[in-house]
Amino acid sequence: MRKLVTSVLAGVGLALACGTSVHAQEKSLTIFWAEWDPANYLQELGNEYEKETGVKITVETTPWSDFQTKAFTEFNAHGDAYDLVVGDSQWLGAGSTGGHYVDLTDFFNKYNLKEVMAPATVKYYAEYPGNSGKYWAIPLEGDAVGWSYRKDWFEDPKEKEAFKAKYGYDLDVPKDFKALRDIAEFFYRPDQKKYGIAIYTDNSYDAMAMGFENALFSYGGELGDYSTYKVDGIVNSDKAVAALDAYKELYKFTPPGWAKSFFVEDNQAITENLAAMSMNYFAFFPSLINESSNPNAKNTGFFANPPGPNGDQFAALGGQGISIVSYSQKQDEAMKFLEWFIKDDTQKKWAALGGYTCSAAVLKSPEFQSATPYNKAFYETMFKVKDFWAVPEYAELLQQLNQRVYPYMIGGSGTAKETLDALAADWNATFKKYGRVK
Amino acid sequence: MPPPFAFLRIRSRVLASTMITTLDRSSRAAARGLSDISIRNLFIIPTILFLIVFNIFPLIYSLGYSFTDFRASTNAPANFVGLQNYRDLLNDPYVWSNFAITAKYVIVSVVGQLLVGFGVAMLLNRDIPLKGLITTLLLLPMMLSMAVVGLFWKLLYDPSWGVINYALGLGNFEWLADPKMALYAVALTDIWMWSPFVMLLSLAGLSAVPKHLYEAAAIDRAGPFYTFFRITLPLVAPILMIAVIFRTMEAFKTFDLAYILTSQPTAELISIRLYKMAFQEWQTGRSCAMAYIVLIMVLAITNIYVKYLNKVKER
Repeated sequence: MRKLVTSVLAGVGLALACGTSVHAQEKSLTIFWAEWDPANYLQELGNEYEKETGVKITVETTPWSDFQTKAFTEFNAHGDAYDLVVGDSQWLGAGSTGGHYVDLTDFFNKYNLKEVMAPATVKYYAEYPGNSGKYWAIPLEGDAVGWSYRKDWFEDPKEKEAFKAKYGYDLDVPKDFKALRDIAEFFYRPDQKKYGIAIYTDNSYDAMAMGFENALFSYGGELGDYSTYKVDGIVNSDKAVAALDAYKELYKFTPPGWAKSFFVEDNQAITENLAAMSMNYFAFFPSLINESSNPNAKNTGFFANPPGPNGDQFAALGGQGISIVSYSQKQDEAMKFLEWFIKDDTQKKWAALGGYTCSAAVLKSPEFQSATPYNKAFYETMFKVKDFWAVPEYAELLQQLNQRVYPYMIGGSGTAKETLDALAADWNATFKKYGRVK
Repeated sequence: MPPPFAFLRIRSRVLASTMITTLDRSSRAAARGLSDISIRNLFIIPTILFLIVFNIFPLIYSLGYSFTDFRASTNAPANFVGLQNYRDLLNDPYVWSNFAITAKYVIVSVVGQLLVGFGVAMLLNRDIPLKGLITTLLLLPMMLSMAVVGLFWKLLYDPSWGVINYALGLGNFEWLADPKMALYAVALTDIWMWSPFVMLLSLAGLSAVPKHLYEAAAIDRAGPFYTFFRITLPLVAPILMIAVIFRTMEAFKTFDLAYILTSQPTAELISIRLYKMAFQEWQTGRSCAMAYIVLIMVLAITNIYVKYLNKVKER
């Protein structure tokens, strides 16, 4: 009898537990993103959504170093742990051709998002293949590589005088890459533990590539022809070679041990009084204007990536779009969230919380541009951005770039021309392997 | 007519059943009500099943994948490509460079650990005050996690505020950013972490050397070098070989320490290359082939060591 009662109670408990879990599942969505401040802002926005609709939004995060691995492990297992993913722009090819992302073309066209969102964000965060009119993500977090600098160092009258005497022009926010180099050299004072510049050098993922792209695109170079996959004569062109040399030149003026640096180290260069200028994604700038995380917050300024010798001005694109995972059991609910997310009011809230909206109207608004010291530079940059390859085999291309560029940049092996010739050969072989070129 | 030797079979059955009964009755497990069969069902079978599901099955499954062009990041089916992956890998200069780097790392790291570990064990193999406490403290590094050690040594090596440069008066010497130095810096960290393991085994070996051999050597007026090379080393050699086997296998597989400490291609060990190929580039078939190449190499090296160990033991 006791056994019977226990079994019945266990059965009732199990039924209740299952019932509760099914009920909870219907009223919740899980979004997967990397562990950084914008993910916290998205959680706050999600809380607003819950208040309005009763659907609980959980933003699940993982460190950047694990982000790609964890996301694709879940995709490969066809798991439904995540309903939406805020994936890197390079993932579009792998996500769409691999069947992991839901096709959002109809949604995109229905709400005319091609016009609503900034053109670069549509091109690089949503569309694959390029110019195909097929969309797989909604631009969520716009981002690009910009620069922060020490205003107090730049505005010091003695420094200004010394700089003018040495270089013949005024010390100010760099007008071009030559000025960037000169200023980096000017502030490089190892005996005072002061250094000129902090740049990306880490080759674990895409840091080195993004840093190099900043120079490459502003020097008028390209990674290749994204429609024909031709790379020889493009990624190793004279402009590209000059850009790589310019980027390597900057490495000379970095703090010691700057051979594995990414966003954390580059922000530390400003907060720890190490460098006069520091490269970083705009998404990491909020902590630089916060006095609790940056004692130099009042003296930190920002500028867009400067033009190259021919006046071309571009920056490497960061940022992500939000996609619906095709293995999610709650795609309809996810679609409703996206409908809410693209509304003007929501985009304004998103920007107010600290998210980098991709809405063209909000970006252009004076309120947005004056909201922080770096929003204007961000707005200027977002209309001059270019990105890395977004093909499914992008990770191999990235790895090859790291293998070729890093030894030249950091170890000084070979020349820029030899490095990029070898990279062109590697990429060509990879494109041949995947049948993109003959 | 009963078959020949049938009585033997009957006797052995009786003996076996008597033994089982005796075991069951006398063992503590039996006292708690667990028979040998229950123990087998509760502990041994689940363990074997666990091994089959999580070790043997993936091992065989990945062998199959190593002959395909499978990419886990796509939904495309795996196509059989024969030995293509193995051919490509063995013709890839990057992979050979990774193997060469790994070999250099294993040699530097294991030799360093042997010298330091055995040296410290020799020092501790005498009557000194607080010997137990000192031994325990020396064992601390190997009890830390690899990731913690990596992050900790990254700070120690820092050219701006690292303690190592300060203590050695090396100024802004770049341990991890210098392509020529990075691998040795990783090996040095590994030596710091794992020398205590060699020390522990060596200490066990040294304390097992019969004292009368040293007394006899002293009576014969043998010098310290003679005593070391003719008594100590030959008797401790088998246990040192075991340490070498363990440490070589571990050093060959090193991933986390090198991954955390440096990005230098000159310190890219084979396990890091394998990780990137499998989980960043998603070349699943190719990375399975690479894993098998590494497995065969580790098995071959271990086999050589074991043969040598047997020879040493026979002496």
